[in-house]
Amino acid sequence: MKGACALRVRSRIAAVLAMALACGPARAHLQTSGMGPVCDGLAHFLTSPEDLVPALALALLAGLRGAAYGRSAMFTLPAAWLLGSLAGLSAAVANAGTLGASFWFLLLGGLVVADAKLSLRSMTALCAFLGLVHGYLNGSGMGLSAAAIVAALGLTAAVFVLVSLVAALVVQLRAPWARIAVRVAGSWIAASGLLMIGWSIRGV
Amino acid sequence: MLLTLWVPAAFAHVQPSEAGGLLTGLQHPLSGVDHVLAMVAVGLWGAQLGAPAIWVLPVAFPLIMALGGMLGFLGLPIPGVEIGIAASAVVLGAAVAFELRPPLVVAALVVGVFAIFHGHAHGAELPPGQSAMLYSMGFVIATGCLHAVGIGIGTVHRWTWGRQLLRGAGAVVTAGGAFFMCKALA
Repeated sequence: MKGACALRVRSRIAAVLAMALACGPARAHLQTSGMGPVCDGLAHFLTSPEDLVPALALALLAGLRGAAYGRSAMFTLPAAWLLGSLAGLSAAVANAGTLGASFWFLLLGGLVVADAKLSLRSMTALCAFLGLVHGYLNGSGMGLSAAAIVAALGLTAAVFVLVSLVAALVVQLRAPWARIAVRVAGSWIAASGLLMIGWSIRGV
Repeated sequence: MLLTLWVPAAFAHVQPSEAGGLLTGLQHPLSGVDHVLAMVAVGLWGAQLGAPAIWVLPVAFPLIMALGGMLGFLGLPIPGVEIGIAASAVVLGAAVAFELRPPLVVAALVVGVFAIFHGHAHGAELPPGQSAMLYSMGFVIATGCLHAVGIGIGTVHRWTWGRQLLRGAGAVVTAGGAFFMCKALA
């Protein structure tokens, strides 16, 4: 009787352990688009405002400053993003949280509003820093695999296309009102950053 | 115990309600006529004052509104938010109707003080479960678009008949603000 009871307990423990091992995968980063890893990378960038908006703000800033700045941002940002992604592939999941994103929104939005006269070197350094940080955060937790590397390439392609198109569009703006509209867009980005600081303090 | 160990997949990024957060944010400033009147009046006044007020006011407004929004999310109360919003329509409408031309700093201060009330009202009303980031972006964008509508209408200021029309629009905004003020005080 005692032996049968012990057997029942042991079989229940075994069942519990088996269930504990049957965890589903933790999809902490890229959502599967069903169209392959390149599209997964593209989709991730285009549907993640915490990545998309800072890149957009940087493209606006580069465009306001002129063609040389646009060219620098067009190549530096995607290259740094790719490097950061590759560096992060073997790292554990990292997340800068809302506060990290709001920092970039505030900084880059503020620079666009102020039409900040950054030197080309400062702009290149800013692009490199943003790309490395965001690339690392995107890459972390994906695991070192061929599919993850291809996804990182897709993501980099999306960054390149966005920065090229937006910077080129802004560079050719000559009408004063159009350049002011770009700066107003910067104020929206900075205001969103301020609001996000409030949310992160509240813990939403 | 068995069920608690059956862990579902953790989706750490895109959540089902995120798009809802953006749409709710976009709708929020449009859902109250008092908000709409005041936002459009900011654009009208900016257009009437001309450069640099035409862009300083729409830049100052969202930034200061964000500060008001922060107070709202943090649960810090501001007395008489609804009265402040109605007063913004009354005062900004009157500024357009009487073509007031204060110094730029004064105009920005007036707009900024009222922006705090609008921001607080938006910030205090995030629907549960929605993305705070997208909600914030949504209501900032909607507010900016309402300013743009005001500036667009305000371009008629270059013509004599347009100036009269603009002053009439200011009077309508003031009347609307007075109506909402009565409602808020009732």
